[in-house]
This record gives sequence, structure tokens and C-alpha cells, in this order.
Amino acid sequence: MGGRDTDIVLLDENGIRCDGRKVNETRKVTIKAGVLKNANGSAYIEFGDNKILVGVYGPRDVHPKHMSDTDTGILRCRYHMAPFSVGERKNPAPSRREVEISKVIKEALEPAVMLKEFPRTAVDVYMEVLQADGGTRCAALTGASVALADAGIPMRDLVAGCAAGKAADAVILDVNNEEDQAGQADLPIGYMPNLKKITLLQLDGVLTPEEYKQCIEIGIDGCNQVYEIQKKALQDKFFGSGEKQ
Amino acid sequence: MSGERKRHVIPGEVITSGSYRAEQNTIQVGDNIVSTIVGLSDVHDGSVRVIPLTGGYLPKDDDLVIGKISSHSSLSWTADINSCYVGMLPASDVFGRDYSSSSDDMTAKLAKGDLIAARIVNADMTRDPLITISGRELGKIDSGELVKISPNKVPRLIGKRGSMIQMIESSTNSQVTIGQNGLLVVSSEDPNGLLKAIQAIELIEEQAHVANLTDQVNEMLESKSE
Repeated sequence: MGGRDTDIVLLDENGIRCDGRKVNETRKVTIKAGVLKNANGSAYIEFGDNKILVGVYGPRDVHPKHMSDTDTGILRCRYHMAPFSVGERKNPAPSRREVEISKVIKEALEPAVMLKEFPRTAVDVYMEVLQADGGTRCAALTGASVALADAGIPMRDLVAGCAAGKAADAVILDVNNEEDQAGQADLPIGYMPNLKKITLLQLDGVLTPEEYKQCIEIGIDGCNQVYEIQKKALQDKFFGSGEKQ
Repeated sequence: MSGERKRHVIPGEVITSGSYRAEQNTIQVGDNIVSTIVGLSDVHDGSVRVIPLTGGYLPKDDDLVIGKISSHSSLSWTADINSCYVGMLPASDVFGRDYSSSSDDMTAKLAKGDLIAARIVNADMTRDPLITISGRELGKIDSGELVKISPNKVPRLIGKRGSMIQMIESSTNSQVTIGQNGLLVVSSEDPNGLLKAIQAIELIEEQAHVANLTDQVNEMLESKSE
């Protein structure tokens, strides 16, 4: 990914990015927990212009039966983009990219969820991207972990997601769609802030070892910022009104 | 309660550190005791636990549950006990040891859709929990209104040493059978009492997180008694 030719100025001389952010600034993130009545747990997340709805079911019976595991519960994730989530209509059938993202999100959540307590069951996470603007996998991961906590699935920690990357030869935090298309690298990170462990790390593009280190550093910093918002979403839902006992 | 007061916690949040026992819904990470669930932390006598505010029902030995018969095979019934596992009620539990699948008609005793008050005999998670309906206050439920609440709010409904539920029962002249799985059967001779008891239960379900709930429920029960 050498960066495509575009007219967009990714970074101006004052160090301001194409959407007005500084290099180490995330987009505005808002999360609301418990938005769906029929799911056991749910969350709605806006990560800049990304809008994602997450529903969690379970623990529940596994169908097909052969997938069930007698030692532990299993986690199943589906990341899906709505046909209207992007400029040109997206075919609603699962694409190669969606299958991949479902898999990496599942693997990013697995270290956090404690499914040993529910053998022979499944926990299903459905992530529906309503509007996409770059960095949906991090946003979906962030929303999914709030929805899992809302469903009451035991977790070692929440997982927060935020990408770092490189555009116009500068290391930047939270890559948006333009920077992803025309930039030089994109490094999504999933991070458990209390355990201080990375659960998702992908890299698209080329970074020098120094740039990579910087990306990890600011990426984790971004995840910590996202974590505070996740925390607030759960607190608002469960402890928002009324006095403490 | 000794030590710290209850605190709101979310998964991953450190409750305390030092030499405490990590009990329900907590794990030990290094020196810290960490919550695994959204709930209220409770540090008590050197042990730490979290009272959950969300989540489904997990069968525990000796729990009284209310179930609905969903199907039967030639040897057992299965009952929906509002959990991710179904309750297994062996036919020998009802017919006795000399049960024979050829001579005894299982549907004559319990048919699909029947409600039962049952006790969990064995919930070791390796197979579906075993339940029994032989015992005091157990068996088929013939009358009453079924009410469903969140299983996490059952302790709140019962109150300290049963204070809350006793108050509801006595002031509405009704009987409430509480299943730990969040299913309740309310029965009363008096239709008004029945309605009021259900309203009181719904109020508790909505307001479970509020302090001095007992006063509020009492007020509600008295206000409409004229």
C-alpha cells in the first residue's frame, strides 16, 4: 500500500488532518448499551461516522449440535455490513472481507470472555454495520465487548479497539476512510486495558520498526481513551438512575 | 457487612487487592481481585464477590425453580427452566422405581405445557441438570398466575430473611412461589389481591437498584388498599 493519488491533503502544514483532527486524536466515540429489547445484550456505537449495532444472544443451545463443546461454551461472531452502509450498494451476502473480520473479532474477544462456565452452549455476537467510514473492525470489536458485558457474560476485561497508522509520512491515531484509502499503513489494535494485553493486531501497509513502535504506543493510548467511553456506557445503563444500595 | 461498602463494578475493574478470597463473579489477577461482570461488589470477611445486575440463570444444586414441561422421551421429561440448559425430570421420579415405559402413561401425569415447581438435584454442567418434583411444595402447579422477572432480582424480591415477599403476601392475601430462575407463580382467592401482588413484583423488578425499596413497596400496597 504505497498510497493512492488523490487530491485530498491528508496532513496540512499545521499538522491538521483531512477531517480537522490532530495526529494523536481519535474521532468522537459514543456508545449506548442495552438498546435492543429482544437480544440478551446489545450496544450501539458511533465511532466518528461509523455506526454499528451489536446484539448478543446466549449462552444458549448450540445449533448445529456438532459444533458444541463439552468442555466449554463457544463464541460465534458475525460481522455484517448493511447494503446501505457504503457509497455504492454492498451485496448483503457475506464477503471474503466480512468472513475475515468476523474471525479476527472472534479471536480478539475470546481471551476476554470466560465461557468455561457454560459448557455445551454458544454465545452469538451479531455486529451490523449501518454506516462505514474506515476502522469498522475496531468499532465493532469495541461495541461487541460492551454488548457482551450487557448480556452478563463473564469477562476478564473489556476489549477496546482503536487503529493507528501512517499517512502523509506521519504516524496517526484512529485512521479514517480517506486515510485508509490514500494513506501508507493501517494498524488496528484490540486491547484489554486492565490486563494490558493486546488481543487484535493486524497491519496493512509498510512501517519501519520505529514507526511500528510508535503506532503501538499511540494505538494503546487510543484504546485507553475508548475504554473510558465503554466504561461510561455500562455505568450509564446500569447505575445511571437511583441511589446506591 | 464488614469492611468496604458495595460498589458498582464492570468487567475488568479491580475491586480490591491484597489477601482476599475471590468468590462469585471475581477472578484473581496477580494481587488484585477483579470483577468479571457488571454488578455490585461485596467485600465480606476476607472474601470478595460481585452481585450480578445482568445475565441469565445458571442452575445450582438445591435451587427451587419453576419449569414448563417442553417434551418427554420414554424415560424422562424435559422442562424449560429459563436457562441455557433444560431440566431433566426422570420418569422414575414421578412413578417410582418400578416405572415401566410400556405400562405407565407419562402424559397422564405431566403433559407438554404443564408448570412444575421443582428442585435441582444435580447441576454439574457435564450434562443437563437433573430436577425432582418429589418433596414438600414441589410438583405440578395447577393454578396461579405466572410472572417472569430477571433471575438477578430474585434476592431483592425475597428481601432480607424473606421480609419483602412476606410483606407482599400478607398485605395482598396471596401466595407467591418463587423460583430461583426468575419464574414466579402468584395465586390468591382475591382477584384484587392477585393484581396488586403482581404490580408489587413488577415494581420491585423495575426499581431493584433503588435503596429503601421496602418503604416504596409498602406505600404502593397500602395506597390502593382502600
